[in-house]
Amino acid sequence: MLLRDIAHARTGDKGNRSTLSVIAYDAKHYRLLEKLLTPARVQAHYEGIVQGPVERFCLPHVGALNFVLHGSLAGGVTRSLALDAHGKCLASGLLAMDLGHQ
Amino acid sequence: MTSLPHTLRIGSGAGYAGDRILPALELAEKGQLDYLVFECLAERTIALAQLERSQHPDRGFDPLLTQRMQAVLGPCMQQGVRIVTNMGAANPLQAGHEVLRVARELGLPQVKVAVVLGDDVLEVLSARGMALPLMESAHTLASLQDDVISANVYLGADALLPALQTDAHVIITGRVADPALFLAPLMHSFGWAADDWTRLGKGVLVGHLLECAGQITGGYFADPGFRDVPDLAHLGFPLAEVDASGDAVITKVAGSGGCVTTATCTEQLLYEIENPARYLQPDVVADFSQVRLTQVGPDRVQVSGGVGQPRPDTLKVTVGYREGFIADGQMSYAGPGAVARGQLALDVLRIRLNEAGFADCESRYELIGVNTILGDRIMPAPELGREPSEVRLRLAMRVKTAAQAKDVVNEVEALYLNGPASGGGATKSVREVIAAASVLIPREWVTPSVLLLEN
Repeated sequence: MLLRDIAHARTGDKGNRSTLSVIAYDAKHYRLLEKLLTPARVQAHYEGIVQGPVERFCLPHVGALNFVLHGSLAGGVTRSLALDAHGKCLASGLLAMDLGHQ
Repeated sequence: MTSLPHTLRIGSGAGYAGDRILPALELAEKGQLDYLVFECLAERTIALAQLERSQHPDRGFDPLLTQRMQAVLGPCMQQGVRIVTNMGAANPLQAGHEVLRVARELGLPQVKVAVVLGDDVLEVLSARGMALPLMESAHTLASLQDDVISANVYLGADALLPALQTDAHVIITGRVADPALFLAPLMHSFGWAADDWTRLGKGVLVGHLLECAGQITGGYFADPGFRDVPDLAHLGFPLAEVDASGDAVITKVAGSGGCVTTATCTEQLLYEIENPARYLQPDVVADFSQVRLTQVGPDRVQVSGGVGQPRPDTLKVTVGYREGFIADGQMSYAGPGAVARGQLALDVLRIRLNEAGFADCESRYELIGVNTILGDRIMPAPELGREPSEVRLRLAMRVKTAAQAKDVVNEVEALYLNGPASGGGATKSVREVIAAASVLIPREWVTPSVLLLEN
C-alpha cells in the first residue's frame, strides 16, 4: 500500500522550511498515519532534499499530521536555485512512500 | 447605534497577485457579499514593486489593480459590497488615486477610497534598527548594508479599523498580515474588542482559510482517480458566512466549479502553518489545534473551535535586498539515449565552467524529468520501467554580476555546436535576485495612518 492510497498532502513554504500536511481520506486511518509517519521516517524519505530536523504536530480532530521540514528549500523561495523553489511538489513525493501490507 | 448584523458574508477575490479575475467578478455579482477581499502580496512582491516605484514614482502598486477594479467596482457599488485589498503594494497612495481614476472612467464619481499608510519602515530601521538580528541567520540587518531595497512591517487589523470607520467603498493597504484583511471587517462589523483573543483567533482562522482564494474550493487539490474536482475549469472562489461569535461556514457561489469539502478545508487550514497551536499574527496568537470541520451541506463546511492567546509584543518586518544574479540555462534531449546525452552535456558543462572560474559558485546541474524535483531516490528512474522519452538539462548558478550570469548561460546555449548530439530548445535566463529577510521590531516604532480620497 502506498501512502497515496489513504492520504493526501499539501506543502507550503516558510523561509527555508517546508510545511507539509498529511491528511487521511478516512478518519479511521488517522491512527495508522500517526504510527507510521514518524518524523524520522519522513526525514529519511527526503534524504538529500531535507537537511532536517523534521518536527511533527498531530491534529486528530481533523485527521491530519502537520510536519515542518527544516532546511528543505535551498535557502528559501526568494533566493533558491531550485526549479521548484517553493517545494510545492514535495507533498506528492511523500505520497510515493510504500507503507507495506497494512 | 445601529444594530449588529446577524452574519457577515466575506468573499475572497484573489489569493495572489496574478490570480484570475473572473471568479472575483462572479463573487461580486452573485455572492450577496458584505466584503470582497483581494490578497495579493507575496514575500518579495513589495521589494519588486519598490524597484518599479524608484523608476516610475506613480507606479509600484499591483499590476492587475486597474483590471480588477474595472471588473468589480460596478457590481460592488451596485450591491453595496466594500472592497478591502493590499494591492497598494509599495505605493498605496497612488493605488488609491488609480482606483478613483477607474471609478471616473466607469461613471462612478461617488466612489471613496481609504488608504492605509505606515507599513513602510525603511527609514526607522535605517535610523534605529541596524543592530537587529535577522531571523534567518546569525547576522544583523547591518550585514545587508547598501543592498536593502525595502522594509515593510506586517500591520494588523488595528491599522485597518480607522479606514473601515470612514464611509470609504474601497480600502487599500500595503503590507498587512494576510488574515488581518479579513479579520478587520469582522472586528468592525461585530464590534469585537482588540483583546477578545478567542474571537480574534476565530477571525484569523476565517481569514487564513479564505486568503488563498481557490485553494479552498478545489484549486490545487485535484488528483484524477483519487481526488476528482467537478468543473475545475470554472473554479469558483470562496466566501465565508461568519456569525458574531466568529464561527463560520465556508462555501462558494452556487453553480460555480470546484468543491468545498472537509478535505479541501483541512489542506488550507494547515497551509503554511508550522505549530497549529501558535500561529503568530499582529493582532493575536491564533490556535488552530482544536479546530473542527463539519460538512453541513453540499459545498458547505462549518468551521469551529478556533481560539487565541494575547498578541505578540513585536511585529515582523520583511526586508527586501539585492543578492547577486541567478543564471538558468536549459536544453532538451530526446529519443533513445536521451538521459546519457543529457548527462554527458552536464559533465561537459561542468568542466568548461570550472575551468572558467565558476567552480566555487553555488550551482545545480540536473536533468528535468529525472532528478530535478525529488532527487534520485524517491522514485528512481529504473522503477518507472522505461527510460523517459525526453529530458531537459538544467544548469542554475548563483553569481555576483549580470555579466557573469550571461557567460554561464551562453555556455549552455553553446552546447548546440559544442555538445552531444541532437540537443534542442535552448533557453537562457538571467535574473537579479531580490531576496527577503525578516526582523522583529517593537510595536512603538510603527505609526499607521489613514487617508481618505475622493473625486
